[in-house]
Order: sequence, then C-alpha cells, then structure tokens
Amino acid sequence: MTEIVSSAQGATTGAKSSFGFLRNHLREYGILFALVAIMAFFQIVTGGILLKPVNLTNLILQNSYIVIMAIGMLLVIVGGNIDLSVGSVLGFIGALAAVMIVNWEVNYVVTGIICLAAGALIGAAQGFWVAYYKIPSFIVTLAGMLVFKGLTLWLLEGQSIGPFPRHFQLIASGFIPDIFGAENINLFSLVLGVVAAVALLFLAARNRLHQQKSGIVDEPFAFFLVKNAVIALAIVYMSYLMATFRGLPNVFIIMALLIAVYSFLAGRTTIGRRIYAIGGNEKAAKLSGINTERLTFLTFVNMGMLAALAGLVFAARLNTATPKAGLAFELDVIAAVFIGGASMSGGVGTIVGAVVGAFIMGVMNNGMSIMGIGIDWQQVIKGLVLLAAVIFDVYNKNKAA
Amino acid sequence: MSSDIILEMRDITKTFPGVVALDRVNIEVERGEIHALVGENGAGKSTLMKVLSGVYPHGSYEGQIVYNGEEKAFRGVADSEREGIIIIHQELALVPLLSIAENIFLGNERARRGIVDWRETNRRTRELLARVGLTEHPETKITNIGLGKQQLVEIAKALSKEVKLLILDEPTSSLNEKDSDALLDLLKEFRERGISSILISHKLNEISKVADTITVLRDGATIGTIDCSAGPVSEDRIIRDMVGRSLSDRYPPRTPKIGETVFEVKNWTVHHPIHTERKVVDDANLSVRRGEVVGIAGLMGAGRTELAMSLFGRAYGQNISGEVLIDGRPADVSTIRRAIDAGLAYATEDRKTYGLVLDETIRRNIPLAKLEAVASNMVVDERREQAVAEQFRDKINIKCSSVAQEAVNLSGGNQQKVVLSKWLFADPDILILDEPTRGIDVGAKFEIYTIIRDLAAAGKAIVVISSEMPELLGISDRLYVMNEGRIVGELPTAEATQERIMSMIIKSAGQLAG
Repeated sequence: MTEIVSSAQGATTGAKSSFGFLRNHLREYGILFALVAIMAFFQIVTGGILLKPVNLTNLILQNSYIVIMAIGMLLVIVGGNIDLSVGSVLGFIGALAAVMIVNWEVNYVVTGIICLAAGALIGAAQGFWVAYYKIPSFIVTLAGMLVFKGLTLWLLEGQSIGPFPRHFQLIASGFIPDIFGAENINLFSLVLGVVAAVALLFLAARNRLHQQKSGIVDEPFAFFLVKNAVIALAIVYMSYLMATFRGLPNVFIIMALLIAVYSFLAGRTTIGRRIYAIGGNEKAAKLSGINTERLTFLTFVNMGMLAALAGLVFAARLNTATPKAGLAFELDVIAAVFIGGASMSGGVGTIVGAVVGAFIMGVMNNGMSIMGIGIDWQQVIKGLVLLAAVIFDVYNKNKAA
Repeated sequence: MSSDIILEMRDITKTFPGVVALDRVNIEVERGEIHALVGENGAGKSTLMKVLSGVYPHGSYEGQIVYNGEEKAFRGVADSEREGIIIIHQELALVPLLSIAENIFLGNERARRGIVDWRETNRRTRELLARVGLTEHPETKITNIGLGKQQLVEIAKALSKEVKLLILDEPTSSLNEKDSDALLDLLKEFRERGISSILISHKLNEISKVADTITVLRDGATIGTIDCSAGPVSEDRIIRDMVGRSLSDRYPPRTPKIGETVFEVKNWTVHHPIHTERKVVDDANLSVRRGEVVGIAGLMGAGRTELAMSLFGRAYGQNISGEVLIDGRPADVSTIRRAIDAGLAYATEDRKTYGLVLDETIRRNIPLAKLEAVASNMVVDERREQAVAEQFRDKINIKCSSVAQEAVNLSGGNQQKVVLSKWLFADPDILILDEPTRGIDVGAKFEIYTIIRDLAAAGKAIVVISSEMPELLGISDRLYVMNEGRIVGELPTAEATQERIMSMIIKSAGQLAG
C-alpha cells in the first residue's frame, strides 16, 4: 500500500529509479530487450510478415526442439560442463523411433516411452564418465557426438525412414482442440493464454508481497508494474495471434510446461541451488556436503532425456527420420544458452534466458529467410550476434566489478 | 644511515564511486631500508601500492609520486617495473607447470631474434637463485617446489628485473616459521646492498624484527610513522595505531566449562592420494571434550590439514584406517554428508578455493551445508534464507552493504565470517577450524576469537589448527603437537610455551631420523 502511495506521489522519481535499476540489471534484462528489438526490426523490414499468425506459429514449431534442448543444456552448462552430443542424440532417437514405429510397427506411445528412456540412458552413459571419472565433458560428449552420428547411419542404413502414422505426427504438427467450438478463432487457445498471463501476474504479485514482508525488495514499483504488464500483454497478444490461425500448437504446450517446471527447479529448489553451487565452486560445494558427482550425473541424464524428446518432436515434424537430422544442432543449442547469459565457467545462467536466447536465434533465422538473405550471410550474422551478446555480458560484468 | 629518499608519495587521494579509499596519504621510503606498511584489512595498503605500481594509472588519483628525485606518472605496471619498482603479490603469479627458469624470464626471455637462448637463461637463473639462497635446478617445475621456495623464486624474478624498490604483500602469510625467517633474512641482505623494501604484513612480530620504519594506515589515512632505529617498538604500540584503540588483551577473556569427551579419534592413518605408499597421517589419536578448545600446533606440512580433511568425510587421502567415536559410539564419517550429519564441521584454511562460492551472494552461501533447513519439500524458502543470513550478519558482525552482496567483494575477514556462518548454521557439535585467522587483520581476528569462545561456552567441541603459536596459546585449553604426520605431544596450554612446542617438534624429528 505504501508503495502505491509513494509511487503516485512522485511519478518522476519512479521513472528515474526504474532507469537506475535497469542500468544496474542490464545483464538480466538486456537479453529480453534484445529479443523485443530484433522482433520489432524484422516486423518492420519484412513488412509485418514476422508476426502474421501463420508465421508466428511456424516460428514456434521451427524452434521447439532447440528450446527443449536449451533447457537441458542450461543445467549442464550451469553445472560447469557442456554436452556436444545432443544433435547426434536427437538424430539417433528420431531414427530409433522411425525403425520401431515404421519398420517394426510398435505402438507410438510405447515407442515414445522407450525413446525417452533410451535418451536418459545415453545421458547416463556419458554423465557417468564425466561425474565419477572426471573425464572432461567436452571429450566425453565429443566422443558421444561421433558415436551416435555413426549409430544413426547404421540404424537407418543410410536411408530415410517414414512416413509416421498420423497420431505420432500430431506431437509436432498438431494443435490443441477448441473445446468451445468458436468460429474463425480457437477460443480455448486464447483462454489458455489469458489464464497463463493472469497466473503469471498473480505469482509475480505474490512474490513481491513476500519480498516486501521480509524487506528484500530492490525492484522499483513502477518498473515491476511495467515489466509484468508488458509480459502479460505479450502472452495474451501472441496467443490471440495463434488462436486466429489454428490455435496453440501441442508442442507449444509441452514447451511452456517444460519452461515452467525447469525454471522452478533451477531457481527455487534445493537441487537447483546445488547445481549452481557446483558450477560456481565445485570444491566448496563438495566440502559443504553436496553430492557433486550425483548431481552432475543427473544433469546429463536429464539432458539425454530432453534431447530424446526433441528427437521425437523433430522426427514428427519432418515426418521422416533422416541420417542428417540433428546435424550441428548442438551449436545452435549452446549458442542459445550463451546468448541467454550463461557463463562458460558455470554457476551463472537462467532457464528463461536460455529460452529467450533460443528465440533470438530463431527469429533471426526466420526473419532473414523471409528477407531472402542467403544461408551464407545468415551464418555470418548469427555468429556475430553470439559474439556480441557474450562481449556485452562480459563488459557489463566488468563494469559491475 | 644517510637520509637519501628513494620514494616519496605525497597527499595521495584515490576515490572509488562512493568511497574515499585513500585520503591524502603520505609515505617516505629511504634508500636501503625495510619499510613496513601496516593497517587493518581495508585500510588502503593494497590500494596505495596499486597507485604506486601504476595499476591505477596516473590521472586516476590525486597527489604526487616522487621517485629518485623525479616526479613520475606511471601509466601501467610496465612503466613502474622499468624504473625498478616490483610488486610481489600475496597470491603468487607463477605458472605451476613451467620451470623455474621459464618463470623467472617469462615475458622477458633471454632470446636472440626470437629464439630463446636456454644456456644463457639457465646460467642467469642459477645466479639469481644463488642470490636468494636456492640451489634448485633451473629446469625444476614450480609445482614441484614448496610455497616457501616459490616465494623466493618470485624474488629472484624481481632481481632479474634490476629491482630497486621491492614491494611484498603479505609474503609470509602461507609460509612456516623457518621459511619466513629465511625470507626476512633475505630482505635484510638486500638492505645491505641498497635495495629498499616495502613490507606489507599482518605479522607484527616479523615487522618488529626487521623493519626500520613503520607507516600505519587506518581508514585510508596515514596515522603515523614509527622510527624503529631508536629501539624496539612494542606490538601493542603498533596495534594501538592500527585499530585506534588499545587492545589491552588480544584474546577475549574466557572461563572454560569443560564437559565429557564428545569426539575421539583412534589410530587414524591416512595415505597420500597419489603416492599411496606414503603415510601423511600416521596413527593419530586425539580426543576433544564438550566446551573445550583444542589446538593443533605444527609446522607447515606436518599433516594437520590432511588429518582434519581426512576426518571430514575422507575429503583427503587414500587407504584411510582408524576409528572415529562421537559421544562414545563409533560414528560413520565416510562421506562428507555423513560427517556433517554426524555433527562434524570443517572450516577450510583456503576459503576462496574450498570455502565459498565466490560469485554467489552471502545469502546463498550461508545455508549451503544445510539447505534442507531453509527449504520445505525441496523448495527453498527465500524468506527464511534471507532471515538466516541477516541473523548471522548481525550476530557475528559481517560487514556488507546487504546480504545480497557477492562473497567475492568482501574483505578476507568478512569472507571468513561467511564461511563460519555456513558451518554455524549447520549446527555441528564438533568444529574443526583450519587457520581461522589467516590473512585477516587484528580487529577481525579478535572477533573470530570471540566467536570461538562463545561456541565453546555453548558446549561445542572445537579444534583449531594454526601456524601462529601465540594464537594457539591464547585461545586453546589443550594442545596437540604434530610433526611429520604423527602426534608427537600433548599438553595443557597452561604448561605450554612456544619453546616447549618447538622442542617437541625438533626432538620428534630427531627420533624419526634416528
């Protein structure tokens, strides 16, 4: 209450302190601004194509598997490691699914479960050497990358296998049904968007109240209001746009759930805390009684499972498993995590940052393709953006210190 | 001694956003003298030396630096080194896997047309090593020589650059007494040859041994300059200037209330993790009682840290054998988690490497050893975490802008308090404190001693490992003396003197040799 009164008393001081706050927290919010700026830029230069409902839906579908893997990669990188094998694992699991469903005619649900378990097993096999034998993760997963690239070729015998049954395809190309049955718009999707926005606002408000009670608020009230209003509006607007096309894609729901669950896991649970501590200083974490080996191992198991999920999504989207699936995806995933503010040495980074990083890459791919920029220059520009993002990060860190 | 001034820093003022780090500081160093610079942590000693060496370039501070009679404007370390001003930092700047010779001439290689002349390099290295009293082969890798010798290699490196003014920042903080004495003797030798030294140290006994002049800084200002040529200066006098008050007693008064035995170690033997045939701890037996402070004395390398870390969940060593009893019952301390659960805590001697997650906040560091206690169902309650952090900040006086400050930005003493808070929060019955006051200033030391006293009064059993014998004599009830992996003596502090402890160590070494 007092907060509201004081901010009403002096709107100018509110704005001033908000800008000051922003300057001090540029590292955290800079990435979000960058995404908004990049989207605005391409929205203008593509003449509004970027945010057309059909393109927005495509953008989500195209990047879903990168986002899913970036979530797992964030935990691996925060824990002080890296996983170069995810692209190959994605390809391998897609091939495994294709062989099982198409060649052996196994039920697609059973196949899905087996594939996720296989992914976890692959992660475990790699994490075991990293965690318990202290083999550098770069080496172990570089080996894994070669191994699973080879196994994909072997499994597919160099051919593409497809198509998948319709139900399986729906993972990646289906949309949630409209239970309201409205015309021209998937009303259920819009309602979901609104509910999500309201839920986020509610959580943010509750969190702030808690902070206020224990006196640890440092975000100015005006900034808090503007930030959350913008995020809520963006969610509602995006879901409205997609609702006017075919509704929210199934994959979008999967992604949203993963982001929510893993953000909570990383930010609020003891497991998350301990992973950050291990990445920050493994020796100190170990001497604090943290089972560093087991947690490191688990980050790889988790990564393997998410890579498998991404493999299923990717295969379903292409409706075929090819030996080339997943080629160089690990680079996009790792780039997304670093653009999102994670530190190479571990201990720093957020799930939301990694997701935003993935979308920055995605929007640039999409926007540049619409503009007709060749794949050659797209690579150059993406490379420079990655470099710029990390330089910006380091610069801000030095300035703070 | 002629009054030939080599360096004069006049009215040096250096400000950082929001803080005046140095406020019109003056210091005058004569040619061929050992000039001690003392002050509490945060008094501005390091900042002053960074101004002098050009780390803070000319223009970023106010005031003048007059060196060899000329005013200087150093733009960087290269400028000051060219004039013969060399700093040796507390954390050594040697590359562990390169040889002594390679390190000494790093960036200054003896080369002809870009090709290193190894014969000349090794010859020069041998000369320089001889000057600092080392007989090591120039191709020995740095990692294979002890810390004391590494310090001497740093000095040899300074000599290779034609040093005229040598600045040593806490050079003896991690050296044992013998190595420290060797280093101080070397400084005296330099004095004879006209090389001046500025010695920054918290060890006042060393300073009163070698210094010709002492400049005391407090809160970024020069408090006074003490001339030692008139006669020995008492440590109390220096402390009074440093802290601005008289520490009539350097250790808080205490009346021990000692209960029954809580912690017993029997026949504890530990082998080296790599050279597994070597015993690092050999058949150690010790016990600690409730409310008791037990000290472990010994030289560097006596196996004290190894003993403590091997007890703490086998964090060190191989082929560990022996028994640990807590409250008379065998205790499982086979992993760190189990050791913590059994009521054990170990606060490390190396807080930056083993104690803190430096990039994390104070708030997140404190509950790390017992995260469950601020969480319910594995979800961390940030309000409880905040409350815990603030409680410790107030209770043991952690000086910080807020508990959201990152540990890396704290001074050594306050970092140590965060480490202690972490272990106090885990609420152990037995606390092993390894060098709890290393590298921290007199005022903070007193606070740490007070914490130790209060813990003992609350019935905790406390083991303190320290290389500073006066400290052990000042705070403990009973002492064990360790040498070469074995416990070679035990005595009540009331009967202990530094001489007795040293003689126990020396006699035991003779026994082993014979």
